[in-house]
Amino acid sequence: MMKKSSFASKLINSPYILWSVLFIIAPLIMVLYYALTDASGAFTLDNVKGIADYSSTFILSIGYGAVATVISLIIAYPFAYFLAHTGASFQRMSVMLVMLPMWMSFLIRTYSWITILGDSGVINSFLRIFGIGPLPLLNNGAAVILGMVYNFLPYMILPLYTVMSRMDRSLIEAAEDLGASRLSVIRRVVLPLSVPGIASGFTMVFVPSVSTFYITQKLGGGQINLIGDVIEGQFQVANNYNLGASLSLVLMVMILICLGILRLFTDSDEGNGGVLI
Amino acid sequence: MKNNPVIIDLQNICVSFDETKILNNVNLQIHDGEFVTLLGPSGCGKTTTLRIIAGFLKPDSGDVIFEGKNINGVPAYKRQVNTIFQRYALFPHLNVYENIAFGLRLKKMKEKDIQAKVRQMLSLVNLNGFGSRHIDSLSGGQQQRVAIARALAVDPRVVLLDEPLGALDLKLRKDMQVELKNIQQKLGITFIYVTHDQEEALSMSDTIVVMNNGEIQHIGTPTDVYNEPKNAFVADFIGESNILDGVMHEDFSVEFSGMRFQCVDKGFKKDEPVDVVIRPEDIDVYPAGKGMLDGKVTSVTFKGVHYEIIVDIDNFKWMIQTTQKAEVGDVIGISIKPDEMHIMKKSEYSGLYGDYSSFSEEFDELSDPTVPEEDE
Repeated sequence: MMKKSSFASKLINSPYILWSVLFIIAPLIMVLYYALTDASGAFTLDNVKGIADYSSTFILSIGYGAVATVISLIIAYPFAYFLAHTGASFQRMSVMLVMLPMWMSFLIRTYSWITILGDSGVINSFLRIFGIGPLPLLNNGAAVILGMVYNFLPYMILPLYTVMSRMDRSLIEAAEDLGASRLSVIRRVVLPLSVPGIASGFTMVFVPSVSTFYITQKLGGGQINLIGDVIEGQFQVANNYNLGASLSLVLMVMILICLGILRLFTDSDEGNGGVLI
Repeated sequence: MKNNPVIIDLQNICVSFDETKILNNVNLQIHDGEFVTLLGPSGCGKTTTLRIIAGFLKPDSGDVIFEGKNINGVPAYKRQVNTIFQRYALFPHLNVYENIAFGLRLKKMKEKDIQAKVRQMLSLVNLNGFGSRHIDSLSGGQQQRVAIARALAVDPRVVLLDEPLGALDLKLRKDMQVELKNIQQKLGITFIYVTHDQEEALSMSDTIVVMNNGEIQHIGTPTDVYNEPKNAFVADFIGESNILDGVMHEDFSVEFSGMRFQCVDKGFKKDEPVDVVIRPEDIDVYPAGKGMLDGKVTSVTFKGVHYEIIVDIDNFKWMIQTTQKAEVGDVIGISIKPDEMHIMKKSEYSGLYGDYSSFSEEFDELSDPTVPEEDE
C-alpha cells in the first residue's frame, strides 16, 4: 500500500523533477563544464584566471546594480506604505497599475525610452520650443540607471506592499499608544517589520540589474560596459563560450555572496510575508 | 472612590459608522483610581468607547475631558492613557525586555533608569528572568503579562484593557483577574476594563457601566447593578432573573402573578405598570399552601451548590435556586421577602426576555434579541 502511493507520488512529481534537471541543473553543469575547459574540451583553469582582467567591470556592475536597487527602494518604500494604508478599491487598482507594465515585453519597454530621451525624442522636442537643448539624456550612466529602476521597480514595490498590508494594525496603534509619533512608529515598528519585504525586493531588483545587458546597450549606447555585456559579447561575438561561462559562474557566485550578506541582516525575522529569500 | 477627582469625563459622545449609530449620547465620569468596567454584549459600543478614550478614534460629536482639559484634538501618543490590547499586540521583532522598554526609550530615559524600570515591571507581573526571551516563545498568559508590564512601564494615569483575558483558558483567567485587581490596587491607577463577561465585571470592578446598542443602560457598583438593575436588559444580562409584569398600585404595594404584595419601593404613579425582578436565589421554598404563591415543578437540575428548579406559576415559568430538593410534578409554595422584590419602570426592553419555559443556557444565548450577529 505504502509502496504504491509513494510510486504514485513519484509519478506525479516526475515532470517537475525532469523539468528541474533539464532546465536548471543541466545548464548549471554545462556552465561549470565550459568554465573549466578550453576550446578543445581539456581541463584548464585559464578561463578562471583570465577573469582578473574583468575585475573593474564586475565592480562597476555591482555598483550600478546597487545604485539602481537603492533608488528603487527609496521610491518603492513610501509608495508601498501609502498604498497599504488606503482604501481597498484604491489598493486593488494601484497594484494593477504597478503590474501593468510587466505584461508588456521588456524589450519594448526599454526601447520606448529611446524615443523619450533621444535627441529628437519627446523631452528634447519639447525643450526645443524654448530654445533649449538638445540635452544629452541618452547614452550615459544615468539613462542606464533609469532603465534599471523603471524596469525592475514593480519587483520592489510588490514584496514591500505584501509585507505592509499584512502587518498587524494593532502593532502600530500599540506603538502610538506608548508615545511614538508617526515618524517613530515607522522607524521603530514598520521598518524593522518590513525587513523581509526589503530583502525580497532587494534581491529581485539587484540580481537582474547586475546581469543586464539589453538596458546598457539600448540606453547606454555602448558607453557603459557592464558584466552582462561582456558575457553576451563572449557568446555572441567572440564565440569564446569558455570565458563567457566562467564569467557567468563568477557573477553567480558574487550574487550569492551579496545575498548571503543581506541574509545576515534579515535572518532573525524568518521572512514572514516576504515573497522571496 | 467617588470622592476622588474626576479624571475622565465623556460628554455627549456620538459615533456612527456608515450611518449605523455605534455610540448614542454617551455620558460617563470616571474617577481617579477607580476600576471601571464597561460591560455589554458584542456590538454594544464598549470597545468604541475605549478607543475614543485612547485617542484611536475621534467622536462625531461630544467631548473627551481629561482632568478638566478637552483632549478631543490630542493624538493617542500624547495622551497619558495606555492600552492593553485584546490580542496583546506585542512587537514580534523585539524581545520581552525591549517590548517593555519601548515606551521608556521614546521618553528618552537614561539606560540605567530603563533597566531598573523594566526589572521592576518584570517582577510586578512575575516574569523575573524573562527579559531576553523572544515573544514567540511565550505562552498566552506570559504574553498577557508582558503586555501589562509594557503598558504600566510608562506610568500611565489611566490603563485601558480591551477584553484582555478573552484568549486565556478559564483557570488562568480567574488567576489573572485576581492578579490584575491586585496590581490595580497596588498602583492606585485608574483601570477601564472592557468585557462581555458579567462574572468578571462583578468580581473585579468598583463601578460597572452596562451598555447596549450604543447607550449606557446602568452605571453603578456591582451590588447596585445586580440588586437594583435599572431595566429589564440589565436584569437579564447580569445573572439570572425572573422578570414579571406587574402593577404598582401605590407606594409599597405591587401586584404580580394575580396577587398583591408588600414591597419596599415607592415613587411610582398610581397603578403604574412596572417590571418586577426577582433573583432565583432570593426565593424561599415552602410546602404547598404555606407560601405566597403555589406552582408545579416542571424541571429540577442539580448544580452542586444548589438545585435549579423551574416552577410554573400562573403560566409563568420561574427559576428558583434552592438547597431544598423537589421532584418534577410536585406542587410547592414559594415566598419572597419584600426587600427582595425589585421594581423597575417599564422600558424598551420590557417583555423581551420572557420566562424560563424553554430554558437551557445555550438557548438563552441564541434567543437573546439584543445580541447582534456581527462581532465588534
